[in-house]
Amino acid sequence: MMEEGVKKFLYVNRKAPYGTIYALEALEVVLIGAAFDQDVSLAFLDDGVFQLTRDQNTDGVGVKNFSPTFRALGDYDVNKLYVERESLEERGLTADDLQEIVYEDEDDDWAEKPSIRIISRAEMADLMHDQDVILSF
Amino acid sequence: MKFGIVVSEGPYTHEASDTAYNFVKAAIEAGHEVPRVFFYHDGVNVGTRLTVPPQDDRNIQVNWTNLAKEHGIDLVVCIAAAQRRGILDENEAKRQGKDADNIAEGFRISGLGQLIEMGIQTDRLMMFGD
Amino acid sequence: MSTLHTVNKSPFATQSLLSCINHVKDGDAILLIEDGVYGAAAGTGVSDAVAGKAGSVKFYVLGPDLEARGIPATRLLEGVEVVDYAGFVGLAVEHDRAQAWL
Repeated sequence: MMEEGVKKFLYVNRKAPYGTIYALEALEVVLIGAAFDQDVSLAFLDDGVFQLTRDQNTDGVGVKNFSPTFRALGDYDVNKLYVERESLEERGLTADDLQEIVYEDEDDDWAEKPSIRIISRAEMADLMHDQDVILSF
Repeated sequence: MKFGIVVSEGPYTHEASDTAYNFVKAAIEAGHEVPRVFFYHDGVNVGTRLTVPPQDDRNIQVNWTNLAKEHGIDLVVCIAAAQRRGILDENEAKRQGKDADNIAEGFRISGLGQLIEMGIQTDRLMMFGD
Repeated sequence: MSTLHTVNKSPFATQSLLSCINHVKDGDAILLIEDGVYGAAAGTGVSDAVAGKAGSVKFYVLGPDLEARGIPATRLLEGVEVVDYAGFVGLAVEHDRAQAWL
């Protein structure tokens, strides 16, 4: 049972980083939203999967590289990052191309666990259907 | 029913703020409540009072200001997004050492927490963007 | 429990409509607004994708946006229902959540 007053929030990320500001400003909402103790999940599909790739280096374009911030989400108790398998495959990516993002599970003696969960398109549809509030970026 | 509204694109370039405005008007006419509209990304640009659209065009900012006044809608401009894009109220202008402010009547600048709070307190969250 | 999905982009410019169609559940509704209304026309490159989903999902299109773009109701795919802004509000009330495919 969900705690009363707690809603399921899903942040849907469908855009690539840097070309537009949506990904960065979505992350800013997630960080602030974490203080509200809601049940938070992040979804990455379509070009949104590009947000999580390794080795991003923005030195040459002079824009802030915000990809390391994803690795800090665990400290904010944001540890459900759902990535759509079909979106990865369509873009020639596999899970190995993504950053390693982990959190410490307080219910399991602070064991380090992966935050990224690769799910199918059908599972993504189920996840979207199981939310109270959907924020799209 | 209570609706929370997010406008995430600026005026004139995108239709988002027009669609949101028409949706809010229709919702209120149908007897629903719209306690707050939250402006994010380039949507914060709706909140400047310095726009001067041609006389035969709608004035998006004035329309929102009037609708908000009439129905007690809280028009919130995200502070982080606003600072990036040069939307300031008097306090922010002073704090940042700027020589002017431009926030329109009926709009206020506040934090992203207002967006999350709106999601928690309303029955439906509607996003209008691009 | 069902979702109202809104799509505001032309299906000839972005994947939003197709992505939406690939993630809806039976009983959901898809409302085409703004440039999304171009997806409601018959005889286009996406008509089959829309018609193929129309059995399990109800399609709506925002009338004022259709009219603005000069698309007559006679050009719409069969089964696509035209709503006004009040109808848009009604759909949002009727479904349990709204998801914008921005």
